Amino acid sequence: MERHVKLSRFSRAGSAVMVGAVALSLAACGNTDPVASSTDEAADEPTVEISGEFSGAGASSQESAMEAWVAGFQSQYPDVTINYDAAGSGAGREQFLAGGVVFAGSDSALKDEEIASSTEVCGPDGAIDLPVYVSPIAVAFNLPGIDSLNLDPATIAGIFAGTITTWNDPAIAATNEGVELPATTITPVHRSDDSGTTKNFTEYVAATAPDVWTYEADGVWPLESGDSAEGTSGVVGVVTDTEGAVTYADASKVSELGTAAIKVGEEFVPISAEAAAAVVDASPLVEGRHEHDFAIKIDRTTTEPGAYPLVLVSYEVVCLNYTDEATGNFVKAFLGYIASEEGQEAAASAAGSSPITADTATQVQASIDAITVG
Amino acid sequence: MTTASPPAHATRHEPRRRRASGDTERGFSRVFRWITTGAGVLLLGVLAAVAAFLVARALPAFTASQAELLADGKLPAGVTSIAQYVGPLVFGTLLAAAMALAIATPIAMGIALFISHYAPRRIASGIGYVVDLLAAIPSVVFGLWGGRVLAPLIADFWVWLVGVLNVLPFVEFRATATGRSLATASIVLAVMILPIITAVSREVFLQTPKLHEEAALALGATRWEMIRTAVLPFGRSGVISAAMLGLGRALGETMAVLMILSTGLGYSLQIFGAGELTTIAANIASRFPEASGLAVNVLIATGLALFIITLAVNMAARAIVARRKDFSGAN
Repeated sequence: MERHVKLSRFSRAGSAVMVGAVALSLAACGNTDPVASSTDEAADEPTVEISGEFSGAGASSQESAMEAWVAGFQSQYPDVTINYDAAGSGAGREQFLAGGVVFAGSDSALKDEEIASSTEVCGPDGAIDLPVYVSPIAVAFNLPGIDSLNLDPATIAGIFAGTITTWNDPAIAATNEGVELPATTITPVHRSDDSGTTKNFTEYVAATAPDVWTYEADGVWPLESGDSAEGTSGVVGVVTDTEGAVTYADASKVSELGTAAIKVGEEFVPISAEAAAAVVDASPLVEGRHEHDFAIKIDRTTTEPGAYPLVLVSYEVVCLNYTDEATGNFVKAFLGYIASEEGQEAAASAAGSSPITADTATQVQASIDAITVG
Repeated sequence: MTTASPPAHATRHEPRRRRASGDTERGFSRVFRWITTGAGVLLLGVLAAVAAFLVARALPAFTASQAELLADGKLPAGVTSIAQYVGPLVFGTLLAAAMALAIATPIAMGIALFISHYAPRRIASGIGYVVDLLAAIPSVVFGLWGGRVLAPLIADFWVWLVGVLNVLPFVEFRATATGRSLATASIVLAVMILPIITAVSREVFLQTPKLHEEAALALGATRWEMIRTAVLPFGRSGVISAAMLGLGRALGETMAVLMILSTGLGYSLQIFGAGELTTIAANIASRFPEASGLAVNVLIATGLALFIITLAVNMAARAIVARRKDFSGAN
């Protein structure tokens, strides 16, 4: 009884302050400047001293590479603090375009309308995409005793579309002579989250096997049913636990599972770092972009010998102009380190990515040099 | 133990008299009253802020035209409106929570009765401690356990069970070889809500008036008959509120579902299949990292639906408890 009397008294008082609480919560939406503290000496010096705290956000695919890059960069510039929030590509681009972070990591290049709106934070030249993280995607399966299978695109699409349901299907047997295939049911496992890996995988099967795979490329798995798990470690975990299961995942994370060599042109190309990086060279740039923008349209149907077109290419999105000296100098130095051989090696050993080719690195460096400060 | 409650009229008049006299409301007593009032107001403020956030951020999703939704809303394939998106999500959420509740409530009541009426004192406190410990395990650990240990183990059982069930006419269940189905997720959810239902039920059962119990025993009732005639009727509304507390947790549980379930979107009773159902919280957690613009508003709109469901569940629970409070000791 006593409790009820008190409750009603509180709720009357509460409804009176609700309006105030709403006003408070709305007032908290102030704009945030880039978290950069400039140093006095930085101006006009040939060898730039870089210090301060800088934030980036974006693709989780880059997260372990980014950790390696941050550590490597900080060993050269100990006064720099870099925060990378692996909030996802979409969130990263959104924060970048709102001016909340000084660079973004993204599994897909900026869209045209995002390029247009980037002039608000970047000035008239807008923002550019630099492909600095290339990671091969493996088709990984759990079949005891089988480490590698030759699969052509139509077979891969058939397996994931659910039209090929057992491992001893004639379509698989045709390209794998001499391999004793079990009659195990195939359990395809896809990513349940919205991911760049899914987007690149579906883009690959849609481009190479359009007869079998009739869905569009998307970060969200387009089929209604099927097994799924959250994140790369999730799908790899499920496949490891389930005999006959198959998934697509970042090549560096599938250690114990068997992987497929995919058919490119007339030969089967096993997964490797060199083969993945080669695709970036073999692919055309997206048309109608700024001359320093390096957004590529990955050529999934390439017949280039030794190229592995099932790759994820992740970009760093940066402005072409930074009004703040310290921020601009930092971005140029940091991106320069990332694109360097040393930076790419650091990412390869930390994240298992494929170092970009010297050709790509030269072009990326040219774009970085074009970034103006002040 | 039970204390006889004072007559109702005394409780009602006492606070009013104390305020009127004034001389007990001085010094720190007055300050403390402000502090407690402030704490209460803060709670309402937080709730209002959350509600305002949800409504404000969900609004663009409701006002956007269908063309805008299809272009920028990141709706799943085949879905053309918010209602089509939210509907299956609400269905999946309620189904998962209801199944978890159906599994957990009887077991929790069993544990609570064992602790309150059967176990020797020392064992009872030990079990109570273990149950409380279960509540302290983070949901991500339950998720890992459910996804990596329970699902592969239970998969074969589900396949067998589905084989048996499909013998029945008009039944066509599917079972996945990975065990990542709503049935597995519900079992883990049940384990997660077990402690809260057990703890509250135990307290309620312990408050059963000793006179009622002794009267039942004096009339020749066995222990089970005593529980059936004295303890359970007395504790019914308490158990209901305990179950509703558990339901609240099951509805909102994110990590465990996310790590166990092969998600899908639809109105389906294929609780053993993969990619058939999902829950609101798991769907938001899964889609949010890569969402931007209108897609975020769409996800927050589904969050608003969950908020409303949770409010409705709690209000329903209060209504049930209030209707029965005259007969029990839960108030």
